[in-house]
Amino acid sequence: MSTLEVLPQEVTNPVEPFLRTERIPHIWCPGCGIGTTVNSFARALLETRMDLDKVVVVSGIGCTGRVAGYVELDSFHTTHGRAIPFATGLKLANPSLTVVVYSGDGDLSAIGGNHLIHAARRNIDIKVICVNNFIYAMTGGQSGPTTPLTATTSTSPYGAYEPSFNLPQLADAAGAVYVARWTAFHVRQMTRSMSEVLKKKGFCFIETLSPCPTLYERRNKLGEGLDTMRHYKEKSKVRNGAPTSEVALGMRDDIIVGKFVDRERPDYSELLHHQMITQLGDKYVEAPACSCG
Amino acid sequence: MAKGRVAIVAERCKGCGFCVEFCPTKVLALSSTYNSKGYHPPEIIALDKCSGCDLCGMYCPDFAIYGWKVTDEKPNKAVAAR
Repeated sequence: MSTLEVLPQEVTNPVEPFLRTERIPHIWCPGCGIGTTVNSFARALLETRMDLDKVVVVSGIGCTGRVAGYVELDSFHTTHGRAIPFATGLKLANPSLTVVVYSGDGDLSAIGGNHLIHAARRNIDIKVICVNNFIYAMTGGQSGPTTPLTATTSTSPYGAYEPSFNLPQLADAAGAVYVARWTAFHVRQMTRSMSEVLKKKGFCFIETLSPCPTLYERRNKLGEGLDTMRHYKEKSKVRNGAPTSEVALGMRDDIIVGKFVDRERPDYSELLHHQMITQLGDKYVEAPACSCG
Repeated sequence: MAKGRVAIVAERCKGCGFCVEFCPTKVLALSSTYNSKGYHPPEIIALDKCSGCDLCGMYCPDFAIYGWKVTDEKPNKAVAAR
């Protein structure tokens, strides 16, 4: 079956202009949900009609870290866990950019956990999309800080016994102005959330649960990616505005999804300018806008 | 008369079945044919039911399928921001 036989010439996939199509098919496994989240992200860019020359995607290391290589935007594939520091630098040097950090749970909450909470505390104007597949997938399925209790992984063959992070609560407590959680099943809601954060100022955090059929599902005998998508469909409960302390994830518990936090708080550059003007008065000269954009 | 159409890029497909499972009107099924990577891409089994909602396109992790509405003769070509 050749592509040309089934593909009408006059219609193109609406997300194609946002992708480096020469690199596709991508490396993600059949049944993995990361591609679905990228699909939603492309649709959010399409909906919001962002100037694509002003949108930057920064990724760390891991399966989700590959996103930077597949989006047809200025993108940055950074060192492990340091996507947020690179993004912070980008935003401070060129405040006209919309900086999106697209990375995985291991990259953002384990090795980059400190950067995550401090960027949220300072309310730096970056948008963090965290794809949570509950393990370190690219390195062979080791247990991480989001692995739910009793889950079997390659480094917890008798079940994980460490308590896990509740990422929305972490981001909320650290001061993020927008916190939401969706799963790869909730494509429309996820697209809407991504559209909202692209237009919102401040530190925004979206957690997206994704199946990892090759490592997480297979070791835990949970079937394939499609079975996990069915599980998300059955077990997800939408509770917008739910207190983030009540949305922790268990091994096979109900999954509380929704937009939990949406508030206003002065962001880092506002605070910086305010401080400079207060201290220096007329002597303060604002740095010229970056001409590299 | 179908309200929508769906296009499949078989060579990109990895046969995850998301489009087949979540199509609201059950237009698709996984075929028995193989693409060059050895996956089974979906095939259209009930085109007349297609509403052109593009939910298959939203779920596809491989950007290998998309639907569009056929209200008029010329399908709406999506225009990107650049």
